[in-house]
Amino acid sequence: MIRLPLVLLFSAFLFSAGIYGVLARRNAVMVLMAIELLLNAVNVNLIGFAAELQDVTGEVFALFVIAVAAAEVGIGLAIVILLFRNRASINVDEVDLLKW
Amino acid sequence: MNAHEYAFVAVATIGSIAAVAVVTARNVVHAALYLVVTLAAVGITFLLLGAEFVGWVQILIYVGAIVILFLFGLMLTKAPIGRDALDYQNRAVGAVVSVVVALGLGSLILRAWPLASTPAAPSAPGGSDVLGSALFNTYVLPFEAVSFLLLAALIGAIVLARRDEGT
Repeated sequence: MIRLPLVLLFSAFLFSAGIYGVLARRNAVMVLMAIELLLNAVNVNLIGFAAELQDVTGEVFALFVIAVAAAEVGIGLAIVILLFRNRASINVDEVDLLKW
Repeated sequence: MNAHEYAFVAVATIGSIAAVAVVTARNVVHAALYLVVTLAAVGITFLLLGAEFVGWVQILIYVGAIVILFLFGLMLTKAPIGRDALDYQNRAVGAVVSVVVALGLGSLILRAWPLASTPAAPSAPGGSDVLGSALFNTYVLPFEAVSFLLLAALIGAIVLARRDEGT
């Protein structure tokens, strides 16, 4: 009972905020938070189209995205903690060992 | 506009404001708490769209588990305060890119589905029984793959984050 463009506009706004966070933040934990915003925007789209098309597939894939996001955060924060232990800093612009 | 849409617009507005606060906050702990508001708002929109199981999973997993992980990550690393410590100096580039993406996506969406002429969609086929039977009949193989991925991520996180004592 909610028109599809409203859902999609909310999703697009979340996505843009996430893009700004990924591009502008230099603290690695804040970048991970912005990635969560991006993944949530995708989930909003999936649920909106599941309602529009009366198809449960979108909900199934939203669950998969949530599970993969949980795995990503676990690994990401482990890497961040390892980085902090070795470099005493988690600024992503200072991690440039592989950059020439 | 019906009651569902008014509720959706209100919740989406709160979630959007909190999302902007997440990416602009000067204090990392405040950003994590704004993230709670955004994720809870997204979960409520799932409930409003009729996807009740996914909505509660969103609230349980994200608000209950992932934000706690983020707070642990912030506590275990030195959390600086202030925009200069948290942001790049050329954050204007990021702002331009995100505004361009927002305007592009918004115009595309409104061109494909004009607000005035789009009929209201019914709620999602969201009973947990329908979702469960789809998950365990049609999508049982991806489900097992995702569970295996979670196990691998768990072991990987333990291996990465523990201290090496032998070497």
